[in-house]
Amino acid sequence: MAKIIRKEKLSELVWRFRLDAPRIARKRKAGQFIILRPSNDTERIPLTIANADEAQGWIEIIFQVVGRTTLILSELSEGESVLDLAGPLGKPTHVEKFGKCLCIGGGVGVAPLYPIVCALKNAGNEITTIIGSRTKELLILHDEMLEKSDRVLVTTDDGSMGAKGFVSDVFNDLQNRGEHFDTAFVIGPVIMMKVTTSLTVKAGITTYASLNPIMIDGTGMCGGCRVTVGGKTRFACVDGPEFDASGIDWDEMIKRLNSYRAFESKAQKSHVCKMEGVR
Amino acid sequence: MNTSQNTTEKRFQRIPMREQDPSERSGNFNEVPFGYSEEEAVAEAQRCLKCKKPLCVQGCPVNVKIPEFIGLIAEGKFAEAAQKLKETNALPAICGRVCPQEEQCESKCILGKKGDPVAVGNLERFAADWERQHGEVTIPKKKLPNGKKVAVIGSGPAGLTCAGELVKDGFDVTIFEALHEPGGVLVYGIPEFRLPKQIVRQEINYLEKLGVRIEKNFIVGKTATIDDLLNEEGFCAVFVGSGAGLPSFMNIKGENLIGVYSANEYLTRSNLMKAFQNNAHTPIMKGKRVVTVGGGNVAMDSARTALRLGAEKSMIVYRRSETEMPARKAEVHHAKEEGIEFHLLCNPVEIEGNEDGFVQNIKCIKMELGEPDNSGRRSPKPVAGSEFDLDCDVVIIAIGNKPNPLIPSSTPQLKVSKWGTIEADESNGKTSMKKVYAGGDIVTGAATVILAMGAGKIAAKSIIEEL
Ligand SMILES: Cc1cc2nc3c(=O)[nH]c(=O)nc-3n(C[C@H](O)[C@H](O)[C@H](O)COP(=O)(O)OP(=O)(O)OC[C@H]3O[C@@H](n4cnc5c(N)ncnc54)[C@H](O)[C@@H]3O)c2cc1C
Ligand code: FES
Repeated sequence: MAKIIRKEKLSELVWRFRLDAPRIARKRKAGQFIILRPSNDTERIPLTIANADEAQGWIEIIFQVVGRTTLILSELSEGESVLDLAGPLGKPTHVEKFGKCLCIGGGVGVAPLYPIVCALKNAGNEITTIIGSRTKELLILHDEMLEKSDRVLVTTDDGSMGAKGFVSDVFNDLQNRGEHFDTAFVIGPVIMMKVTTSLTVKAGITTYASLNPIMIDGTGMCGGCRVTVGGKTRFACVDGPEFDASGIDWDEMIKRLNSYRAFESKAQKSHVCKMEGVR
Repeated sequence: MNTSQNTTEKRFQRIPMREQDPSERSGNFNEVPFGYSEEEAVAEAQRCLKCKKPLCVQGCPVNVKIPEFIGLIAEGKFAEAAQKLKETNALPAICGRVCPQEEQCESKCILGKKGDPVAVGNLERFAADWERQHGEVTIPKKKLPNGKKVAVIGSGPAGLTCAGELVKDGFDVTIFEALHEPGGVLVYGIPEFRLPKQIVRQEINYLEKLGVRIEKNFIVGKTATIDDLLNEEGFCAVFVGSGAGLPSFMNIKGENLIGVYSANEYLTRSNLMKAFQNNAHTPIMKGKRVVTVGGGNVAMDSARTALRLGAEKSMIVYRRSETEMPARKAEVHHAKEEGIEFHLLCNPVEIEGNEDGFVQNIKCIKMELGEPDNSGRRSPKPVAGSEFDLDCDVVIIAIGNKPNPLIPSSTPQLKVSKWGTIEADESNGKTSMKKVYAGGDIVTGAATVILAMGAGKIAAKSIIEEL
C-alpha cells in the first residue's frame, strides 16, 4: 500500500500523484519506473517515476487517463492508498556529460522526460528541450522544464501555444538553422517517437527512446513487454525501457500495443460512461 | 479360495479417485479430482504392505514417513496422519496434488511390480485436506524468539518451507516477494483446476500465524539489494528462493506477433490476474485454435487453460515422442481425456501472421529421434521437406524457464553457473557469499515443488546450525 499524499490535476486528462514510497525514493534513478495496481480487479500498470525526494520519502507519478485502470486510479483521493506499488524498475538512463543534449517530449511523455532532463543538467550538459501537445491546456511541466533546461521550445498541434505543428517540425527548424546536438532523448506517443527519432538518427545524433509496451510483472518474468531492437528480442522492463532508437522496430511495437484495444475500450465503457467523448 | 483370490486381486488394484467428467471439466476451472472419501482412503491405505525397508521413502526427495502416515489413515487416525506428514513435508495438500509420484515414491512400491502401487499421492492429499476441512490444523510449538532476523527472497515452495522451519526455531523471518501475491509458481503458474488457490492461501496464512512477515511488491535487487539487507537492514542471513521465472523463446520468425505468449504470461494473466473468471478485467486472448509448444507440466497447464477459456481446438506441439514428455503422466492423461490434440515429433519453424500482426498459423517440421543426449533423452532431428502448417490464433511457448538474472546481476559476489543458476552446496544451501543461502529452481533450474521444498528445508537447517 502506498498513500497518496498529494493529488493534482495537470490538465484535463493528466494527473500528478505524490506517493509515500521511501524505499523507492531512495533507490530510484532517472529513467526508472514503478508498477502499480490501484485496487483489486485492476491491471498492473507501469508508470515512470517523474520526480522523487529521498529525504521526504516520496515519489511522483504523472499519468493520463487512457483506460479503465488509469481511470480508477484517477478517482482515488488524497489520503487514500494505491493497493500495490513496486519498484524502482528498469535500467536507469545512461547519464554522462555528453555536451549538447536535445530532450524531446510529446503529450504525457513530457513527464518521463523531466527526470532525465534533471539528471542530464546535473551532469553538466547543455539542454535544449522541445515539448509539445495537442493544445495549450494539455501541455504539462512547462515551468519545470524552463527551470532545468537551457532553452525550451514549445509546440502545439493547433498553435494555441508556441509554434504550430509537431515536435518534429521544431527539430527540423533547428537543423535547418545548422544547430548540432550530441545526444537526443525522445519520449512520447509511439508515432511521435517513430517520426522524431527517424529524423534525429538521420541527422547523426545518438538517440534514445523510452518505450512503454504492455507489461505485467515488470521483472522479466512474462515477456509480454518484448520489443525488437537491432534485430534482437529484448524485454523492455529489464533491458530498457530506454533503447538506442536507431534499431527499434517501431511497426512491431505499434502493432503489439494494439493487442487488446477491443478489450480495453469495452472494459472502460463498462466502468463509467461519463468519460465518453474525452478520448 | 474364491474370497482369498478376490482379496489378492484387490490388493493389486488401486482405489480410483473420482473425477469431474472430462467433457464437463474442460469447460470450467474447478479442480479435476474430487479426492477420496474416508472409506476410500482407509481401503486404499490398507493395501500398503508396511515393508520393513520401505523403498517408497527412498523415492521421496524429502523422505516423508510414508508407511507411518498411511498406517494411521488405515486406522482411521486422519489428523494424526496429517501431523506425521507435516513432520517432513510442510505443504502436503500441495504435494499430494502436484508431485510426480509415479517417478518418485510410487515408482518404488513393491505392489507396483504386480499391480498398482499404493496411491501415496492421493492419500497424502486426503490426510492434508481432512485436517484442513476439520479445522484441526494446530500451531506447532515454537521456540522462544532468538532475536535474529532472516530474509527469505521469494515466496514459492522453497521460500515458504525455509521460512516455516526458521520461524518455528525462533527466528524473526521476513519473506520478500516481487509480485502482489505470495506463492510463486503455485499462484501465478499452476492453474486452479489442478491446485485450488484457496489451499495455497491457507498454507500462507498458516505461516503468517506462525509469525512470518511477508513484504509483497518488494523486488530484491531493485527495491533493495542483498547487500542492503545484510549490511543496512540488520538481517543475519538471506535465503534466495527466487525460482526460475525467465521464459525461454524459440527465436523463430514471427514470435513477437500478437497472440504469441510465453506460458508465463498466459498463465499469469489467467491465474494471478484472474482472467479466467467470467467478470475478469484482465485481457487475455481467448483463441479459437490454440497451439502450445512444449511437453512439460507447463505446456499441459497452458493447453488445458486454453480449452477452459473456450478454445475449439487446443493443440500441443512437442518435438519428441510421448515417452520423453517431462510432464506428470496424470496430466498428460487428463489432457488427452479432455480432447487436447497432440502433435508429437514435430517442431515449429515459423509463426505467420496477418497484416495487423495477429497470428494466423504456425509452420512446423516433422522430427525423428536419434541417439540419446546427455539428459538420456533421445535427441530429435528434423525430417527434411516435411513442413506443414497448423492454423491457429494463439500460440503459447512453454519450452522452459531459466533463472531470472535480477538477483545475481545486483549481487556480483554471488557465483552463478553458465546456465545462470546460483551455485549452492546441495547439502547445506550455502552459496559463494557469506550468510547467503539458496535453493529451489534458482539453484537447480526449473524442477519440482518437492525438490524446492527440500532445498528450503536443508538451507533452514544449516542457517539454524550456523547462527
Ligand atoms: C505452470 C507450471 C506447472 C508446474 N507444475 C508442476 C507440477 O505439477 N509438479 C511439480 O512438482 N512442479 C511443477 N512445476 C515446477 C514447480 O512449480 C517449481 O519447481 C517450484 O515452484 C519452484 O519453487 P521455488 O520456490 O524455487 O520458486 P518459485 O515457485 O518460482 O517462486 C519464486 C518466487 O520468487 C519471487 N521472486 C523472484 N525474483 C525475486 C526477487 N528478485 N525479489 C523478490 N522476489 C522474487 C517470484 O515472484 C516467485 O514468487 C510447475 C511449474 C510451472 C511454471
Ligand atoms: S513485463 Fe513481464 S517481462 Fe517485462
